[in-house]
Amino acid sequence: MLPIILLSILGLVVLFLGFQKSKNILLPATLLFLALAFAANFVHWNDAPGLYFNEMLFENQLTMSFSAIVLFSAFLVVGLTRGFADDEMAQPAEYYAIILFSLVGAIMMIAFDNLLMLFLGVEILSVSMYVLTGSDKRNLRSNEAALKYFLMGAFATGIMLFGMALLYGATGSFSLSDIKGYLSANPFPISTLLYVGSLLVLIGMLFKVSAAPFHFWTPDVYDGAPTVFTAFMSTIVKTAGFAAIYRLLSGSFSGIYSFWWLTLAAITVLTLVVGNVTAVYQKSFKRMMAYSSISHAGYLLLSLTAMTSQSQNAIVFYSLAYSLATVSAFGVLMAVAKERSVHSNEDAENFDAFNGLGKRNPLLAFVLTVSMLSLAGIPLTAGFWGKFFIFGNIIERGNLVWILIVAILMSAVGIYYYFKVIIATYLKEGDVSALRVSPFYRIVLIASTVLTLLLGLMPQLLP
Amino acid sequence: MLTLFLILVPALSALAALLTKNNSAKQIALVGALLELGLAVSMFGQFQPNATQQFGFSYPWIASAGIMFAGGIDGISLLLVMLTAFLTPLIILSTFRQPYKNASTFYALILFMQAALVGVFTATDAFLFYFFFEAALIPIYFLAAVWGGENRIKVTLKFFVYTIFGSLFMLVALVYLYFQTAGLSAGVPHNSAISALYKVALDAQKQGWIFWAFFVAFAIKMPLFPFHTWQPDTYTESPTAATMLLAGIMLKMGVYGVVRFLLPIVPLGIETWGTTAVILSVIGIIYGSIIAIQQRDIKRLVAYSSFAHVGLMAAGVFSQTLNGVQGALIQMLAHGINVVGLFFIIEIIFSRTKSRNIEQLGGITQRTPQLTVYFMILLLGSVALPLTNGFVGEFLLLSGIYEFNKWLGAIAGLTIILGAVYMLRLFQKAMFGGKSSLTEHFTDLSLSERAVLLPLVVMVFWIGLYPNSFLKLTEPAVSNLLQMVHY
Repeated sequence: MLPIILLSILGLVVLFLGFQKSKNILLPATLLFLALAFAANFVHWNDAPGLYFNEMLFENQLTMSFSAIVLFSAFLVVGLTRGFADDEMAQPAEYYAIILFSLVGAIMMIAFDNLLMLFLGVEILSVSMYVLTGSDKRNLRSNEAALKYFLMGAFATGIMLFGMALLYGATGSFSLSDIKGYLSANPFPISTLLYVGSLLVLIGMLFKVSAAPFHFWTPDVYDGAPTVFTAFMSTIVKTAGFAAIYRLLSGSFSGIYSFWWLTLAAITVLTLVVGNVTAVYQKSFKRMMAYSSISHAGYLLLSLTAMTSQSQNAIVFYSLAYSLATVSAFGVLMAVAKERSVHSNEDAENFDAFNGLGKRNPLLAFVLTVSMLSLAGIPLTAGFWGKFFIFGNIIERGNLVWILIVAILMSAVGIYYYFKVIIATYLKEGDVSALRVSPFYRIVLIASTVLTLLLGLMPQLLP
Repeated sequence: MLTLFLILVPALSALAALLTKNNSAKQIALVGALLELGLAVSMFGQFQPNATQQFGFSYPWIASAGIMFAGGIDGISLLLVMLTAFLTPLIILSTFRQPYKNASTFYALILFMQAALVGVFTATDAFLFYFFFEAALIPIYFLAAVWGGENRIKVTLKFFVYTIFGSLFMLVALVYLYFQTAGLSAGVPHNSAISALYKVALDAQKQGWIFWAFFVAFAIKMPLFPFHTWQPDTYTESPTAATMLLAGIMLKMGVYGVVRFLLPIVPLGIETWGTTAVILSVIGIIYGSIIAIQQRDIKRLVAYSSFAHVGLMAAGVFSQTLNGVQGALIQMLAHGINVVGLFFIIEIIFSRTKSRNIEQLGGITQRTPQLTVYFMILLLGSVALPLTNGFVGEFLLLSGIYEFNKWLGAIAGLTIILGAVYMLRLFQKAMFGGKSSLTEHFTDLSLSERAVLLPLVVMVFWIGLYPNSFLKLTEPAVSNLLQMVHY
């Protein structure tokens, strides 16, 4: 539980650092703090699983793995904010502090053992995201996105809270283990309150991870938010959200699998189809990535629907592979779009922003290619093993193989739109002027690409 | 252990080529490919002709799941490794006269492709096989898409999506089979060695499903009718080096997959669906040949001929007879050699005349005795004249298919007649007749071009005159395999 405490304190420290004249110290300080939190996360790695804070939070290797992914992705994303302090981020100290605070929420979502903690975690993370989405204050789209996200998000949180209340009514407790105990003591018939309550909680969480049909906010919000925060949202919120859903389903609701698996299977199929098919028609890279993030939610849901003993490993691996690839993709977009928005008035985030990138900056082109291959799930990249493990889950479950047909079809569709990016990068003529990126930026992108390839060759690296 | 080097040598040479300057990359690539050839030849010398896996290596890959990074070579693998190792240096040499932009990347991709292909042919773990099977697509996609012709973007994307889509079905089949295997040690419930998959005994209906999952993957890769629509366009639009890789080696991945996976794993599935597969293959033979006769673009013509030939190989394999499978294996070798030679000659003609249209060519023979001889020999090999490599393969294949079903054997036999029609028509129109304005100043072969064609022609005769030096390598492995089918 050290990271939560550390991040809360260090977030305040960052706020106070903001009083200094020189803003240059903020980024290194934030990175240092994140590294500290990352290291602190592993202090208790070998300890037995334990409950903390009056049984409010739970910690084992699974929650620590998820926390590590979240903190590491945050580290990469914050690394990409360099040079941003000037335009989008007028008050860098506040934004960095909010990022640190939002991670507290994310870790609470991962490590909750009590529905109240889940609610608090979701709220801390979401409210931070509403603010960050609107951080580009003079941009109309950013404001619109923030308002949309806030209204829809508040509504979803309300639904979730209502569900929790019903669960409390049915079982008399907010604690995961108590709910599980109640379900195993009274297996049948399950009360209507419990049915409705669990469904509403699930809907609230599915909203947060943008599963269809609760995904309508995603493209607008991803599109409107400053790109760096889009990257933050699509990695950290998604990972934390799936960790939370996994904890919920595998922990308290595992007894009523026969009740929710079909619902979840239907949502999975819908999410896969909507995400992938809509992504094909996008002109803007950012909107494409929004729909692609919906489709990846679909793959993760596949693993949740199967819910075998191997599901947790698959979800951890997939989340990491997805986060690495997404950070690289948005990182490249930021480098390219920034350059373009200075030079022209065209829509800076369309696919054709990447035209000729192979010549302009071979490194960025390579990073983008690896990231797209990984998202498409092609071997040599981490994304392949992610898909592999998830397919394994489904086949192990046995009666769900029919879903795989949908998943395979949709994977083929996915290859189509990811390759549109690669084609633009290498095969289309575009701007010829060389594109420069700062060394710092380069390090972040190289790190995530190397990790993607390394995990692609040696998936064993992740314990 | 040697097998691991066989994969590492091209991979490392690829890195070396990638890191050198553009103008010296091709020499580095050639040296790397020759090194690989040396290694393969030495293994050819040391190989004991029995059914065991030799020169193996095995490391834990995902130890907790029983997935190994393991490879080894039996007769079937050796044949295809030899083919890959023999053709790659020639393919690299064939590009020497042409300047390529970003040459270091170009040659690095060819060598990466070779590493992946060797990996496919030598993997003894099912998931490692799949890993290489798909990894091979990445270099070939970029080779075709970056250095290809006008329509390359659309065509290569179709190729990529199509083949990956098929492979995913195989992945599902492999994972399904994996969950039926026994574990090797405590705590590891399953293992993914190919030999472990052989032991999985499913009921006939399940085997039918698995059959189709594999069949779609391999049929798209080869390609078989009706999954072939990506093939002619991709072959035509790719740069010749990539076409050679595709037709010469990559197409064999599909046939190899059928031999290695489909026959031994789902014998009951083949019992039910084998005839369907043979019929589809035979349709491909006739259909491909007839379209080849109509073609004007000579590259497209050879592409369709390749489609027809692979149909014959597939029919032989699906006939599950010793002659059929042995014929398919030797024909893979022969076809690889012939088709690479033919595509190279088309490239020679194209680079001198800037045309691939059969109507615009003609009269080339008059100034080019050497080219004419080489072209004729390769072409006769392709139409299966006795004494050439094509004859051995087609004879065995047709006798295998005839054993399986007389009528199908008879129809498949038409391939010899139809093949002669389109090939001789090609030769007649392109090489004989009056000169056209394009062929007026046609120059004969250069030294490097002869260096490519001579080894190919030597192999045409070697396999044609003494096929036993290759057949005896594969026979123990093949009969071992067929015992599993007819158990």
